[in-house]
Amino acid sequence: MSSTRTVTVASSQGLHARPAKLFVEAAQASGAQVTIAKGEKSVNAASILGVLSLGVEKDDQVLLTAEGENEEQTLDSLEQFLTTDHDSAS
Amino acid sequence: MSELSGIGVGRGIAAGPVARMSPPPPAPADEASARSAEDETQRVQVAVAEVAAELEARGRTAGGMARDVLEAQAMMAQDPTLHDAVATRLQAGKTGEYAVHEAFAEFRATLEALGGYLGERASDLSDVSQRVIASLRGLPAPGVPDPGHPFILVAEDLAPADTALLNLDQVQALVTIQGGPTSHTAILAREKSITAIVGVAEAESLTEGQQVIVDAGAGTVITDPTQEQLDEAEARRAAHEAEAAAPITPGALADGTAVPLLANLGSAKSTDKAVALGAEGVGLFRTEFLFLSADEAPSVDEQRQAYQSVLEAFPGQKVVVRALDAGADKPLSFLNDAPEENPALGLRGLRALMANEQILTDQLTALAQAQENTEADVWVMAPMVSTVEEAEAFTALAKEHGLATAGVMVEVPSIALMADELLTRTDFASIGTNDLTQYTMAADRLLGSVASLQDPWHPAVLRLIREVGAAGIASGKPVGVCGEAAADPLLAVVLVGLGVNTLSMSPAALADVRAELKLHTVEEARSIAAAALTAATATQAREAAQGAAQKS
Repeated sequence: MSSTRTVTVASSQGLHARPAKLFVEAAQASGAQVTIAKGEKSVNAASILGVLSLGVEKDDQVLLTAEGENEEQTLDSLEQFLTTDHDSAS
Repeated sequence: MSELSGIGVGRGIAAGPVARMSPPPPAPADEASARSAEDETQRVQVAVAEVAAELEARGRTAGGMARDVLEAQAMMAQDPTLHDAVATRLQAGKTGEYAVHEAFAEFRATLEALGGYLGERASDLSDVSQRVIASLRGLPAPGVPDPGHPFILVAEDLAPADTALLNLDQVQALVTIQGGPTSHTAILAREKSITAIVGVAEAESLTEGQQVIVDAGAGTVITDPTQEQLDEAEARRAAHEAEAAAPITPGALADGTAVPLLANLGSAKSTDKAVALGAEGVGLFRTEFLFLSADEAPSVDEQRQAYQSVLEAFPGQKVVVRALDAGADKPLSFLNDAPEENPALGLRGLRALMANEQILTDQLTALAQAQENTEADVWVMAPMVSTVEEAEAFTALAKEHGLATAGVMVEVPSIALMADELLTRTDFASIGTNDLTQYTMAADRLLGSVASLQDPWHPAVLRLIREVGAAGIASGKPVGVCGEAAADPLLAVVLVGLGVNTLSMSPAALADVRAELKLHTVEEARSIAAAALTAATATQAREAAQGAAQKS
């Protein structure tokens, strides 16, 4: 079993720099196996190099897949993370 | 105790234990491992954990933006994708060092291919890779050391990437084995007011933790000092700090002769700092920043706005704007895209502007408009002028556009030698000592292997400056200096003794130069300059000036 969710990224820097690091930390902390995909390419969301190599920009659509404990809850929190602009606050 | 000598930057003094910057470990060879794959995996895991823990600890200490960068690096070290790539190579019988090297290099190439921001992260990854390899070999971590207490950084030389990571609360002074007075390290030290001595060849012998005193004013590193020497150094450090905090007065010699101290600015951003540090105007406003990131020249309107924002900060004061100085180390495709064998001797500076007159006239138009809208006293000057005809043509063009005061930079020996003829045809001269030294000594200022020739103390350079100073006195026209030489406090005194009226420098250097000028009268400045001129070498000129200055 696994759950998926399509999310539009709101962060003005996309998933680079600080937002990428925070996203990977959140994925690692979830306890679930999470992948993030942009187009054809899918990577382990716990891998900062994988996430960076996707080159996700603002307004890109990404597909999140979670497998394991608390799938829906994990997807909820990661979706909320991605739809927040983390750069506007700083 | 022994004394090592080099070229001091500024007049600071500091004492503390040496921490050496370790070079990156050599790339590992692709050879079969003598250990089992399990042993290698274990070794790599330990090394990765150690590096990640260290990066995280440094991040906690650093805080702010640096913390994010360091924590992201710690995550890269422990990245699961990378771990898999390393594991595959270990299973194939590679050594831990080689597996790490190759797996990281593969990711580095991926990031570089993506370009932009990710391309920049590629160097972070190399840094992590080198740290892990150093740890596997039991070597100290490469890069800027972080012993956790204040230290004197000793390095072969510093790259911009190293200096960006320097923790200035901990680094008491910099000592580099390579490098001259215009090296990246010297420029950084001047900008940030860090005590520094560059080109200390014998610093190779300094060991980790050894106590030293770094005396930039004297250009000496004293090893294993006595308590008495340490006390004296501390007293001088405190005096220097008090001097830097002293109220800002206009630049002047001991007898009251005014020597206006001006700022070198490269964009509108640093104007506030220049004003705060007591700049009495701007002696060199570089306009390249408007052009370097552009595919075509910016419009008159864009230029006017940028010039205006600098001029507004200096009402009633002089702002010397340099026309676009492109070419050589700052190529611009829309100005000159013909490949040249010797760009420093090619179509650059005013030569390139005269070949693209529209760019020059747009710039002069924008500047004249900005002048209309502000209270600053706008002067304009041409870069890289070699002949009197070029100076005449530029001066006439600037006046046609309504700019009342037009002059030229003296960076080429030919125009320095013709200074008397030059100053009857233009309003002022500003000596750019970095290029003047490069062209006089025929030594590329960006080339480390000839850095020792790039020394403005060379008597050949001083003699050329004497020509310009004398022509200034004879004609009554102002002569300024706007190179790194003006930021060297003792050399600044020599320049004034040679007839220079104004000194322009990075704002951080103003306090030291202001303090040194106050120690000498104009007569003393002339005899210090005369002493330097009698020397046969740059080192002798510096020593002769130091000797004469101590007497005054």
